[in-house]
Amino acid sequence: MKQYDKLIFELSKSGRRGYSLPQSSHTEYSLEELPSFARRSEEPLLPEVSEFDVVRHFTNLSNKNFGLDTGFYPLGSCTMKYNPKINEDMSNLEGFTAIHPLQPAESMQGALELYYNLQRSLAELTGLSEFTLNPFAGAHGELTGLMVMRQYHAKRGDTRRTRVIVPDSAHGTNPASAAVCGLEIVEVKSTARGTIDVDDLKPLLDDTIAGIMMTNPNTLGIFESEIPEIARLVHEAGGLLYYDGANLNPMLGKCRPGDMGFDIMHINLHKTFSTPHGGGGPGSGPVGVRAGLEAYLPNPHVSKLADGSYTIDEGTDSLGSISGFIGNFGVMVKAYTYILSLGKENVKNVGPMASLNANYIKEQLKDCYELPISGVCKHEFVFDGLKDKSTGVTTLDVAKRLLDYGYHAPTIYFPLLFHQAIMIEPTETESKETLDEFIEVMRKVAKEATEDPDTVKTAPHTTLVGRLDETTAARKPILNYRDLIAQ
Amino acid sequence: MSYKYIPHTQSDIDEMLKAIGATTVDDLYSDIPENMLFKGDYNLPESMSETEVRHFIGNLSHRNQVCSIFAGAGAYNHYAPSVVGHIIERSEFLTAYTPYQPEISQGTLQYIFEFQSMMSELTGMQCCNASMYDGPTAAAETMMMCVTASKKRNKVLVSATMPAHVLRVMRTYAHFHGIDLQEVAAVEGVSDLDAIKVAAAAGDVAGVIVAQPNRYGIVEDYTGLADALHSNKTLLGMYADPSALAVLKSPAEWGADIACGDGQTLGMPLSCGGPYVGYMATTKDLVRKMPGRIVGATHDVNGRRAFVLTLQAREQHIRREKANSNICSNQSLMALYATVYLSLMGRDGMKEVNASSYANAHYLHDELCKSSHFKPAFDKPFLKEFVLSTDLDIEKLQKHLLANGIFGAVKVAEGQVSFCATENNTKEEIEHLLNVIKSI
Amino acid sequence: MSKVIEGLYYSESHEFVRIEGEYAYVGITDYAQHQLGNVVYVDMPDVDDEVAQGEEFGAVESVKAASDLISPVTGTVVEVNEELADNPQLINEDAFSNWIIKVKVDDTEELKNLLDAKGYEAICE
Repeated sequence: MKQYDKLIFELSKSGRRGYSLPQSSHTEYSLEELPSFARRSEEPLLPEVSEFDVVRHFTNLSNKNFGLDTGFYPLGSCTMKYNPKINEDMSNLEGFTAIHPLQPAESMQGALELYYNLQRSLAELTGLSEFTLNPFAGAHGELTGLMVMRQYHAKRGDTRRTRVIVPDSAHGTNPASAAVCGLEIVEVKSTARGTIDVDDLKPLLDDTIAGIMMTNPNTLGIFESEIPEIARLVHEAGGLLYYDGANLNPMLGKCRPGDMGFDIMHINLHKTFSTPHGGGGPGSGPVGVRAGLEAYLPNPHVSKLADGSYTIDEGTDSLGSISGFIGNFGVMVKAYTYILSLGKENVKNVGPMASLNANYIKEQLKDCYELPISGVCKHEFVFDGLKDKSTGVTTLDVAKRLLDYGYHAPTIYFPLLFHQAIMIEPTETESKETLDEFIEVMRKVAKEATEDPDTVKTAPHTTLVGRLDETTAARKPILNYRDLIAQ
Repeated sequence: MSYKYIPHTQSDIDEMLKAIGATTVDDLYSDIPENMLFKGDYNLPESMSETEVRHFIGNLSHRNQVCSIFAGAGAYNHYAPSVVGHIIERSEFLTAYTPYQPEISQGTLQYIFEFQSMMSELTGMQCCNASMYDGPTAAAETMMMCVTASKKRNKVLVSATMPAHVLRVMRTYAHFHGIDLQEVAAVEGVSDLDAIKVAAAAGDVAGVIVAQPNRYGIVEDYTGLADALHSNKTLLGMYADPSALAVLKSPAEWGADIACGDGQTLGMPLSCGGPYVGYMATTKDLVRKMPGRIVGATHDVNGRRAFVLTLQAREQHIRREKANSNICSNQSLMALYATVYLSLMGRDGMKEVNASSYANAHYLHDELCKSSHFKPAFDKPFLKEFVLSTDLDIEKLQKHLLANGIFGAVKVAEGQVSFCATENNTKEEIEHLLNVIKSI
Repeated sequence: MSKVIEGLYYSESHEFVRIEGEYAYVGITDYAQHQLGNVVYVDMPDVDDEVAQGEEFGAVESVKAASDLISPVTGTVVEVNEELADNPQLINEDAFSNWIIKVKVDDTEELKNLLDAKGYEAICE
């Protein structure tokens, strides 16, 4: 295949056009009537290309991308499961895409019913009372959930609770969301097994603690079995428990955060509920709460009325608005389609098969990769690099070598508890054959690392581009076409 | 138990359990306290076949009324060329993860670079990020960025002419983040620049955020504002419609330090409120204070041009609680949408979009004002959206329009409604709206 | 092996202090730049900013990490090393000659809280 390396700007030719627009019939009105202060003097530099130029350009770009439909993504903490095609078709229905968000409720009953039903389905699957679907992403959900936590304390008149406990193994967004929410972070240590150290937790729990953020299973794929005790301690101290839903997938069908004692959680619809990652978004991060906290959820709020119709309203105890309208509705359609497709019976197999797949890979590779925490894992697990570290091959090298074999790399250097962390999550949608092939390749890379380390250290070799100079990119940033041509 | 999204056969399960050394799948959950395991039956429907799902969701979609849109207020009805939808549905884009492995993500990285380039052109700003969730959250991030950049100041002013849905989100973020956000009342539909300058002269204001066009559709005159603010070391943030920026004076030309807004106007479907795409752009001096992902150009080991996520040390996965923001993703696919749209439209297409919107909106404005029920609320220049005073009951007016297949007349205040017209409103649609109004 | 220079003061968070009269030149140690890798950006305070011993005054960034700068002295910033703005790699080339801030020190007594070369060498082992 031809190597394509043009920017759309480099295809531009003065006088070409890629659009056809209707002309207004009201030519008696002209933009020239705008006062001169309002009009720009410097023309924007946008490409002038034909429609076919655009189609071919972006199709060529797509060929430079690896997607889930291309191959296996063993990406820990990201739940890269199959994105069903029917989901896309449903979210593209004109009856959804053509609806203005401010249309009166009576003219968008179908959309509001879908929002409400998805909200109820998530509540049922997690054992919580009510969800808002307004947050746009997981991190946005975390922030919203923490706002709920602060609003709960504020409405009780308890203003001293300005600190939140976060485990040292947490996703980076946890402390960052807490900081945006105006909370001070208190770190709790992990035990040798990577779980929360309850003895370290106890002395932290005083009347300044708003709550604790946890993910269960944690970022090592280990279930926090002490959760009943942790929940009791935090609740006794007056705090709330927040569940980071990034790792919800293995629990689906087996165990509900609400039943574990959590008060607030977010869900990543783009992880557990199969909506596509889109190269980094749009996602959706619904936030659920236990009974008693519903009033604090953000505005606007979708409710079902006694007559069975749906409405959008605003609550006075609400934390306020965190989104322009009601969130990424298009993503909600995809997630709801997925839940209806799976149905109550198949949803029960999601978690178990995800855990089966992860344990299967772990057990077949632990003789050549360092497994710091043995025993049963859930949807993911972490290796601390190669067992044989004598040749100096690092986790980064292993990850890059996997690209040569047609795999996306696992998550690397996270969690921070291990220096050479390789975090693998296969999801339930991968077959045993796919896993067997992956296992074979991982073993092959481990063997190469011992016998031919240079090949691994300089990987990738077969990708369209090799390793990049990231240092220069960060020292002298070139962030747009104008910077590039000024070089 | 076989299901189309879960490929495991019974023999697969048996073999895999054997390899693990477990007897049943339940063994993998033996570390969970017994009373926490969910053993009941979910209160959910049974699995639907694809035909049934199509029917079920299709029925929901039919219960929404597809209208002629004559409303804006944060979501605009611009034309979306067919090409865009086809490109963004390509699975290599749609099903890709965040481009953390640049060697196999050049497609995503390059379109983000192109997106940043185009948004830099429209805003006139030197550096744009890879996109934000939506306009309102981008405005909230702009407010927080002003405070971060100023280091010692905690007060931000926002003009009350900021669109209402943006102001609401800014208030929430300010409340929880602990920012002293003060709203400066409007005068006759525009920002009170004198009041803003006086407040900034106190020397404790980190930033001032204004809108263009504003919540009433008015194109405001910000002459002299940036200089006055800069002399007090106060930053100027501008919430601007990127589609309109093809013809309006850019935030950079106004002297803004940060530009932000919603890219929905770049032909994105209304979609009941999302997904849209926020953007943020700033100067080279402030780029390291800007939140969100940023893509930069570089080269690989063989000297080949390539693109990569850069300036990552600002972000949550490295800085944790000290990061510029908690944002972890962008609205990447919608940034691609904007990029494909702008590639097709080009400079001339964007001008035509604005020229036709302007003509349609002004015609509609003048015709509506011929009715005894409407008169202009403000005598100020506008582009595609405007506010009228009315003696009609607004709720009844809206219902009457809806009954005739039209959504318009968004309530702005007591006795005030806004209308919007774009290039996507046909002559027939506009005449229909006028006839419906005449029939009142 | 990282370089440690005699006659300088050191903090446990890997900053060095060179005293010249009433002024302190503050930077990061050779050991710190080794740990960080290629420095891509130095976030510096403004002239006239106050810094306090043990408190953060900026950060040094590499591609995939960032390290807070903790002031080893209390006083007023009288100069920042502007050269680092365009050439952050100078820190990698010679950390000790490329100081980051120059501080007018309030109280030289607090230098007693810092380590000498020998003491610092010990914590780098």
